[in-house]
This record gives sequence, C-alpha cells and structure tokens, in this order.
Amino acid sequence: MKTQTYVLNMGPQHPSTHGVFRIILELDGEVVVKATSVPGYLHRGIEKLAEARTYTQVIPYTDRMDYLASMLMNWGYVAAVEKLMGVEVPERAEYIRVIVGELSRIASHLVAVGTYSVDIGGFTGFLYCFRDRERVLDLLEMVSGSRMTFSYFRIGGVADDLPPEFFPPLQKFLKDLPSLCDEYDGLITGNEIFQARTKYVGIITPEMGINYSLSGPVLRGSGIPYDLRKVRPYGVYDRFDFEVPVGKNGDCFDRFVCRIKEIRQSARIIQQAVEGLPEGPIMAKIPKVIKPPAGEAYAEIESSKGILGCYVVSDGSPKPYRVHFRRPSFINLGYLDELLVGWKIADVIAILGSLDIVLGEVDC
Amino acid sequence: MGENIFTGIAAGLRTYLAGAGVPPLASEFIVMVVKLLAVIIFVSLNVVWLVYMERKVAAYIQCRIGPNRVGPKGLLQTVADVVKLLAKEIIIPRRVDKIVYLAAPVLVFVPPMMAFAVIPWGEGMAPIDLNIGVFYVLAVASLSTIIFWMGGWSSNNKYSLVGGMRVVAQMVSYELPLVLSLLGVIMLTGTLSITEIVNAQRGTWFIFAQPLAFLIYFIAGVSEVNRTPFDLVEGESEIIAGPYTEYSGMGYAMYMLAEYGSMMVISCMCTIMFLGGWLAPFGWTFLPSWFWFFIKVYAMIFIFMWIRWTYPRIRVDQLMGFGWKVLVPLSLANIFVTGVGMYIYRAIGW
Repeated sequence: MKTQTYVLNMGPQHPSTHGVFRIILELDGEVVVKATSVPGYLHRGIEKLAEARTYTQVIPYTDRMDYLASMLMNWGYVAAVEKLMGVEVPERAEYIRVIVGELSRIASHLVAVGTYSVDIGGFTGFLYCFRDRERVLDLLEMVSGSRMTFSYFRIGGVADDLPPEFFPPLQKFLKDLPSLCDEYDGLITGNEIFQARTKYVGIITPEMGINYSLSGPVLRGSGIPYDLRKVRPYGVYDRFDFEVPVGKNGDCFDRFVCRIKEIRQSARIIQQAVEGLPEGPIMAKIPKVIKPPAGEAYAEIESSKGILGCYVVSDGSPKPYRVHFRRPSFINLGYLDELLVGWKIADVIAILGSLDIVLGEVDC
Repeated sequence: MGENIFTGIAAGLRTYLAGAGVPPLASEFIVMVVKLLAVIIFVSLNVVWLVYMERKVAAYIQCRIGPNRVGPKGLLQTVADVVKLLAKEIIIPRRVDKIVYLAAPVLVFVPPMMAFAVIPWGEGMAPIDLNIGVFYVLAVASLSTIIFWMGGWSSNNKYSLVGGMRVVAQMVSYELPLVLSLLGVIMLTGTLSITEIVNAQRGTWFIFAQPLAFLIYFIAGVSEVNRTPFDLVEGESEIIAGPYTEYSGMGYAMYMLAEYGSMMVISCMCTIMFLGGWLAPFGWTFLPSWFWFFIKVYAMIFIFMWIRWTYPRIRVDQLMGFGWKVLVPLSLANIFVTGVGMYIYRAIGW
C-alpha cells in the first residue's frame, strides 16, 4: 500500500508549546520524519531596545526574558555591567542576590515540573506545583513589591534590603520544601505511566549535549556535572555547600528528575545564605549616572534554564552601545529538530517540555 | 422511600388509563413512552450533575474548592455553562463536510441513550427486559466509534483526523478485552439477560468469583469512554482536542456530555455484571433496591474520576501494546480458567 507523509503545523497557538513556539512536523502516521522549529513569535527586540536606554533602564527589560526566573535574568545583566565598570558588590548584597536568585530558581523549576506533568497528561501535578510556587512569589513580593517582573537588582547591589517579616515565612517554606518535593515525587515521578512515557525518550548523549552547547538541567540530565555555580563560581557561591544533581541516561525522565533535585539543593543554599547573611551596605558606591568606560564585558551566570551570558559593549556614553544575551532556552532548542526525528506526536510534547523553554527568553 | 415507588407509579398509571377507557395496547404504549422519557430526562439530568461532580472531585484532589458561585455550593454551574454554550455561535469551518460535521454531535448521544433502555435501575425497573440485554449493550455502545470518527474525518483538520484515527484504533482494540472479560460471567450464569445475571449474584457478587474479569472490564471500560489514562483521543496536550477541535458551542458540549453518558453506561454495566446490580450487600434491605444501584454506580464513577485526576496519559503505541499483549491474553486466560473451574466443579459435584 502506498502511504505518504503529511505536514502538521504545531503551534504557535498550540496549548503545549509553552507559549508561542511553532514546530512544523512532517509525520508518517504518528511518527515524526522531519521537524522544523520556528521561533520568533515573541520577538520584541530587547537587545535593540537596550541601546536606546540608560544602563539602569535596561534592567526591567531583562525581567521580560525569562519571566519565570526574573531575578536571575537581572543578575546576568548587572553582572556584566559591574564587570565592565569594575564595581565590587558589597557582601550583604551578594548574599541577598543568592537568596532571591535561588528562590527564583525554585519558582522556575516548580513551573517546569508542573507544566511537564500537564504535558504528559496529568493535570493535578500542575496545581500542586503552582500552589507551592505561590509561596515563593509571596516571598519575592515582600522583597521587591512585584510578583513576577521584579527589577530588584541594581548595578552595584540590590534595590532594597530584605524586610524583617521576610524571614519567618522563608524559614517555614524551607522547612516544608523537602516534604513538598517528596509529594511531587510521589504524584508525578513515581508514577508508572509517567516513567513509561519519559524513560529512554529523547535521549541526548553527553557528546551531543556538549557539541550543541546545551546547558542547565538539559545538559546535566545527560550526566555532565557542569554547573557554573560549582565549576566557575561567581558571586559568593564558592562559600556554599551543595551538590550538582546529574542524570544517567540523558532522557526526558532524567532531565525532569534533575530539576526536582535542584529544588532541594537550592533550598540548602538559601538556608546557608540566610545563616551567613552579613551586615553592611546593600549598594556599592556608584555614580548617579552610570557611564562605564569604553570597552566590553561578558559575564555568565547559571540561570534556571542553563548558562545565561550577557555581553555589554560601552562607548563611554550613558547608554550601552550593544547588549547581547546568550539565552539558554534558545541555545537548548538548537538540538530539537534533530532530537525529535523518529518519535511520536506525544513524544514531541514530552521532549519539548523536558527542555523547559520559556518563549520570552527564546525570542528575547 | 418505598421499594416499589417507581413500579408503583407505573402500575398506577396503567390502572388510571384502563379506568379512563383506553384500550390495553394504547395504554401499554403510553406507559412505555412515559418510561423512556423518564429515563432520557433522568440520564440528561444526571449527566449535568456528573459534570459538576467531576469538577468538585477534581477540585478537592487538586487542593481547590471548585465551582461555588452559581447557585448553592455552585450546583447550578453546569446549567449556567450549558446555557452559555447554547447561546454560542456554532462555527462551521469553510471546508468541512457539512452534513457529517453537524450530524456527529447530534448522534453522539444516541449510543449511550440506547444502552440505557435495558439498564435495570432497581428490582424490576428495567425499561425493557431483553433476554439478550448484555449483548445489546455491547453492540450499541460500540457504535460510538463511528460517530467520533465522523467528527474527526469531517472536520478537515489534521488534529481531528489524528484523533479520529486514534479513536478507531483504541476502541476496536479495547472492545475485544471488554467483551471477552464479560464472557466469564456469562459462562457462569449461562444467560445474556441482565435481570438473570443480577439474580445469579444473590450468593456472591461476581467481583469475587471473577476478580480478573472485573479488572480487565474496568480498564477496558476506562479506555472505551476515553478517559485518562486512555484519553488519547482528546489528548489536549498533544492533539488539542482530537475530533472535537473544530467544534464550538453546543456541538462541543454534546461531545462532552456524551462522554459522561458513556461513563454512566460503563459504570452501570460494572455494577450489573460484577457488583450485584440492585442487590443489597449484607442483606441491608432497609434501603430500596434502586438506591443500592445508585450507590454502586456512583462509587464506580468516583473511581473513574479519581483515576482521571491522578494519572498521566499513556502513549498510543503503549496503549495498543497493553491492549493486545496484556488485556486480550489475560481475558482469554480468564475464560480458560473459568471453563476448567466450572468443569471441575461439576465433575466433583459439589
């Protein structure tokens, strides 16, 4: 019998492409023959917009990249500008950055874990994760006054000190977090059907992971313990004791499990940071009008999705000459087209979900 | 609440008609129409209630409260939703096969409704007591495959088409273990009449005599009504809404409501074949038989909902593999064991 392939346009309004991502699938029955990903539906030209803003005014734009982990996006940008200016950030500010950054990472991973559960078809896991993410957002709201787009970091420090009422709910949350993670493991990770759907699906070998410059839990799921916080510590991360969870097979399941384990590790880091939080100023002494010397700087941090790099070029004026972001979600998508071939429609969603992309960051 | 409240009403109606000088044939006809109308109205109301119940069950499983604004405890939420959907425009995309496209959501309610014709709601309360009731329900229920396929094919949308293909593959493969699992019970009773099967469970319910058959029937039943973990047909995270993708307003609502109708049919059949139908457990006959029937049906429906809001969805090849490699051989083995058991039982002559 003569059969032929057909083209299925998945997205940009598909419910499970995590935003406005589009994949053009060529299918043979349910099996993918060829996949072409089409990003760009959420492109706002943040990099270009930054050229017409002062250095401080760029910070709110970075919030809108990975809006699920805005604190970390802020961090990547201010780190680059601070490097360019040669500013020494006060110790207390560094600790506060670690606390809010790790909280943001927890919030981002909770969304990743919850939405992945929906992608696989179980809706309940989603609401469990969002219930707990709400507590993180409440904490960050106390710090910055905003629930998602914080703009809390400043060049040379942070906008405001942690309020005293921040600590009791934080301690309570950190105390509950391990049992909450056990709950996700029981509801989602341990489920036979979930494991059947995700184990040995969409395997990324360590070699391919490195060749395609993947980072974050996507790379660590393949068994490579590459975490900037550990291998090239920035800020005060070298003072904390934590582990870098890695997977074994590099399949969807390992990437998913890595995220839950990272939530547990983040909680450990926050606990240590709160205990060691020093007194002192929260802002370095920097001029009112920020005019970095002409030159360029590139700084990297470990965001929740992978390595966020920021490249800033200054011509000595109050506005950056050029800003470029290395967005981990976008880079991690590079391998997608190749990865999808040979899997079924349902696996397409499982694989895409396991990469944990945020379209605000992919399209920038 | 009398045991015979409903049969009493029917008898009363008959006497009244006879007293009014209506010829027996006509009076019999009127009683039949009243009975069927009562079943149809009852099932429709029940479906509306089930939508509400599902939302509440889901809400409590997910640490939420669920609908609580429209009416007391949100009881009128489904009514409000249906009214809203009735007012919505029925969008007909340009290149659909119009007749089939519009016929599918109308017809989709027919198979479950037809199945209810032989369901005994209590002792002596079957609208029609067919001597091949089990066979009839199975035959009618499998008709819905075609209707889903009609919707999927006529929509002229690839997601609908994939969904329609999945419906056919899934229902055809799970129809087999569904029927084979019931064979064990039929062998034990030697009848296809629903009333006789229920009466045969006066000693022990068949869930104890045929536990494996019950399990297979339940799993295949979940698949037949396309609910999680077998909801590949809708699979909203993969193929949007499968065959229903292009439907709007009441067309969409009909599919949704029919799903609950089918779920009731499967639960009723579970109750009848394995849970002793209207029979009271432990001889607790202080509650009327129809009350027991509902308790059992709703317990089954609750389990359906519980599973739906706990499990993720399996993949299409795993679904087929599970159906053909696990359920079919198991149900065949069950028939074999039942047959051998019956032979030994008779040979010993207990």
